[in-house]
Formats: sequence, C-alpha cells, structure tokens
Amino acid sequence: MSRTAGAFKNGKAFIAFITCGDPDIETTKEAIREAVKNGADLIEIGIPFSDPTAEGLVIQEANIRALSGGMTTDKAFALVRELRQETETPFVFMTYANVVYSYGTNGFLSNCAEAGLDGLIIPDLPYEEKEEFLPCCEEYGLDLISLIAPTSSDRIAMIAREAMGFLYLVSSLGVTGTRSEINTDIEAIVREIRRNTDIPCAVGFGISTPEMAAKMASVSDGVIVGSAIMKIIAAYGKNSPAKVGEFVKSMKDAI
Amino acid sequence: MSKGRFGIHGGQYIPETLMNAVIELENAYNRFKDDPLFTGELTELLNEYAGRPSRLYYAEKMTKDLGGAKIYLKREDLNHTGSHKINNVLGQALLAKKMGKTRLIAETGAGQHGVATATAAALLGMECVVFMGEEDTKRQALNVYRMKLLGSDVVPVKTGTGTLKDAVSEAMREWTSRISDTHYCLGSVMGPHPFPTIVRDFQAVISKEIKEQVLAAEGRLPDVVAACVGGGSNAIGSFYHFIQDASVRLIGCEAAGRGVDTFETAATIATGREGIFHGMKSYFCQDKYGQIAPVYSISAGLDYPGIGPEHAYLHDIGRAEYVPVTDQEAVDAFEYLSRTEGIIPAIESAHAVAHIMKIAKELGKNKTAVITLSGRGDKDCAQIARYNGEDIHE
Repeated sequence: MSRTAGAFKNGKAFIAFITCGDPDIETTKEAIREAVKNGADLIEIGIPFSDPTAEGLVIQEANIRALSGGMTTDKAFALVRELRQETETPFVFMTYANVVYSYGTNGFLSNCAEAGLDGLIIPDLPYEEKEEFLPCCEEYGLDLISLIAPTSSDRIAMIAREAMGFLYLVSSLGVTGTRSEINTDIEAIVREIRRNTDIPCAVGFGISTPEMAAKMASVSDGVIVGSAIMKIIAAYGKNSPAKVGEFVKSMKDAI
Repeated sequence: MSKGRFGIHGGQYIPETLMNAVIELENAYNRFKDDPLFTGELTELLNEYAGRPSRLYYAEKMTKDLGGAKIYLKREDLNHTGSHKINNVLGQALLAKKMGKTRLIAETGAGQHGVATATAAALLGMECVVFMGEEDTKRQALNVYRMKLLGSDVVPVKTGTGTLKDAVSEAMREWTSRISDTHYCLGSVMGPHPFPTIVRDFQAVISKEIKEQVLAAEGRLPDVVAACVGGGSNAIGSFYHFIQDASVRLIGCEAAGRGVDTFETAATIATGREGIFHGMKSYFCQDKYGQIAPVYSISAGLDYPGIGPEHAYLHDIGRAEYVPVTDQEAVDAFEYLSRTEGIIPAIESAHAVAHIMKIAKELGKNKTAVITLSGRGDKDCAQIARYNGEDIHE
C-alpha cells in the first residue's frame, strides 16, 4: 500500500489543502504542522500557478499572494524535504500541468520523490492525457491521483480501474470554493467507483463546515478541504496556523 | 497519444468535469460537419447574412508605392460584424443549436469575437454571456456597448492581467459550472481538442476563397499569404488550403508589443517555449517555473500568451514563418493603409500589413502577396489617437 492510500487506514480521512507560500513559506510550514498535529491524514500542498483555471476566487487569490511573495517550485521542494524529516503524514502536490511540464517532467518528479513527496494531483490532466506524466510517476514511485466529476458518468469505471493512491471525487460542477450545499448524488458515484476498485475515495470541492464534512464522509472514505482553510489563512495571515489547527480538529472530530 | 494532436502539440488538458462536454462536442461535430442539411444552412448564413464570399482586392496604390510584389487584400473586414470571427461563430452557434444548447458563452479580447457571438446569439435566439478582461473593456468600450445592444451580458474579468487570457480562463470556469445548456463558443484555434480543429475548419473558407480568387485573377497561386496571429484563427483560415502547396510562403505576424527584447511583448513563437495551458500543449510566454507571462500588445486581439497548436506544429516543421511586428510598426501600417487605400484596418490586421510593407520590395515585382485583413479598424481609432497623443473620446 502506498503512503497516500495509508492515509485512509484509521477511519475516515481528513485531507487539508494549503497553497504553498501564502502569505509566506514559514506560515505554510507552521500551518501544515498544525494541521498534522490536529489530525489531518494527508496534506495536499498547492504549488501556485499564475492562471489556475479550476480554482474559485479564494484559491486564485491565494495563488497570486504566494507568487507575489516570491514562491517558486524549488521552494516547494525544500519545504517538503524539511517537513518530511518531522512526519510520516503523506504529502501530495496539487498543481497545474504546466508547472510540472515547464520545470522538466523528469526533473520535477525525481525532485518530488527525493524530497519525500507521495503523489500528485493535476486538475488539468484528465484520463486521456495522463500518459504525459504517468510513466515518470511510476518510475519514481509517486501516485498520480485521478479525479472523478459529477459529469463523469460513463467514464467512472475506466478512471477507477486505473486509479492510484486514492480517488478525488469532485463534489459539484464548477470551480473550487465553499458552497452552501452539495446536490450531487455522491452515494451513486461512490457505488459505481466501488464496483470497479478497492482504492479509497475522498470527496472535495465546496466542503466548509463540520456538518458538510460529516455528511460527505458518511458516504465516502474521506473529505478534502481547501478554500475554507485558505480563507482562514487570508484572514489571519502569519497568525493563521493555530486557527488552521483548530479548524482541522473540528473537521476531523466531525467525521 | 491523445486526440487532436498537431505533431506533439494540442491534446485535451482540461478538468475531468469538462471531458464529457468536449467529447459530446466532438461527436456532434463529426455527425454534422458533412451533413448536407447543416452545411447548406451554414453556407446560406455565411453568404446571405455575413456577406461571403469576401472580396479579394488588388491594392494597386500600395503595390505601386512599395514598388515590389503585387499586393492583394483579403477583405474579411467587410464581413458582417466587421471581422473574420463571424465565420467561426455562425458555425459553432448552429452546431450548438443542433446539440440542443440554448446558451452561448465566449471570451473576447478586442471584442470582435464577443460581438460576433452576441450577433449569432441574437440571430438564432440564444442567450449569450461574454467574458472580457477589464482592461480590454476600457480599451474597447464601443464593442462592449455593441454586445449589450445585441442582447448579451458582458462580464468584465478582473483577475490576472485583466486581458484575453483571463477572459479565456473565466469562460472555462463558467463552462465547468454550467454545461448542460451551455456551449463555449471559443473564438480561436486554441483550447482543448476539438476546438482547434473545429475553428480551423470554419475559418478555412478564407483560404478556399483566396485560392479561387487569386487563380481567377492571376492564373496561378500566390507567392505569399500573410496574416496576423494571436491565437491564430484568421491566420490558420488563410493558410489552410495552401499548406500542401509548398511554393506558397505562409507568414504569421505576431504582436511584438514594445519589442521582443522587452517584457512588454506578446510574440509567442519569438519569445515563448513549450508548455501546457488552456487545454493544449503549444508554445507559451512563461517564466522559468512555467508561470504564464503577463503579455502586452497595443492590440487587444493579439494580447495572448499562447498560440494555437497547429501553428506551433507548422512552425516546428518549418512550413510557416512567424515574425514579430511591434506596436509602432503596426500603428504606422494602420495609418499607411488608411491614407493609401482608404481602408482602415483593425490594429490586429495592421500587424500583417506592416510585415508585407517591410518585405514587398525584396519579394520583387513578379511576386504576388495576399494580406488577410481580418477586421476593420473603426474600433481602434480612439486608441490609436491616444497612442499618438491625441485625447479623443468615443
């Protein structure tokens, strides 16, 4: 079992997304430490991209703040390298295809492995294009996480059968960001996933409260929360890590 | 390799949420593209509504003045709505309607594609929302008004640099959130497959006509075909039917802004490198970490950090040349064509005029060059006046 799949072995998983370098790299490190300490089972570290087409405003703005603050891909590797000395909690990068491709796919992925990263989530890399990075991910033992969306329907089986690590189930149409409710029939999609694979499945996009987290976790293997955390970081800046910790605890307790 | 490749370029680098939408579009396109009912309806719209075929005009005064190649202008500026954009939009809007879609969304830079989409939506009784960079809504205020007049909503995009790339990103985000009744009417030969192919096919009417018209006038093929390139739809439309004719030089004119040795440029082939963005692999202006560059050009329609994947491929195999043209050269050409031929070209098209002005003499008198005038320049007058220090208001 890969370290990412291991995140699901102690009950329902809570996955925290944090944009790296917003407002600065020290705050990101502290926020990740607090999230781990308070029960996060996996950390999704966002390497900022100038034009994140799958993100809503909250994470778009986090990306801009991080890039304006001088965040780079090399600094993200250094952060993972440092934190890997402190914890066995799985880390995956969430970033866009160009960040990987432009760096040089082989160089990027070998640095990921060397730093102690466990996988990647690339929102603009659908099943049809995964060969772009998959052979190299396999070479370095990294999980290339697949996404399933409410519109996937007849594609679910194909994606699920080849999934690695865990499946990222996108809860609703549209971009990332908090929503007041989620109307997709998550249970039906999870049932279809279950018919095709045993690997765990976490729900993300729009989950912001313990109540929503509990509801989504009850029909899946875990939840992924990003915008709600980045809102806390936007509001409290350098003082946000403790608040992120409190929030993670409330979410983990709820599921 | 995945679908929609031009050499290594192209592909479908988009969120999973949109995959079934582009597959549905591809299936519909394959079903209708050779359907005589569909093509008949489209041809009638292009001819009776948009005014095709567009004229190929012999620019005699310009030819004599430059003292070299015989210059023809392909007058896409005379189409209804004032640019080549209507060719693609009528095709896509009709296709969307066949697919049962009731709402069109579009991005726009200069506003020409937005106006064309708003026009088709009005004609075909569809809802329309156009995303336009906030910066561009200021440079092209008249076009914003035109779109509203045609019954469309215009959403100013404040994120990023507030220009064309941000409008594309926002239109993609909107499509992700509302797919079932909405078609994303992409305006250039870019984005994920099948858009680069669909848009190229709808624009290929330009080179089909140029070929017939030059053969009729000269009894032989042209020696040069030149067009401006942002995403590259009027250029690929002008090149397409000549790609197999090796004797015809194909020249794409990119917006160099204040120069390719400055950061204020949008010349992708001259300054960009391979990347993956907006659904496609192609060349993009970007920094060493792959962050997309905040490009600049006086022309809102060419102010885009990438280029369509088929152009990237034509560049790779050396079939087409891509040359940078600065703001100043384009403004000079804008004024020159106005004075010399009484034709005010779009500032985008003026980039192609500028390059032919540079090479006409060395081409020589026995050569024939065609410049595609992709659009008319009325929309640009206030901005060019301001560029020249004259503060006029629309």
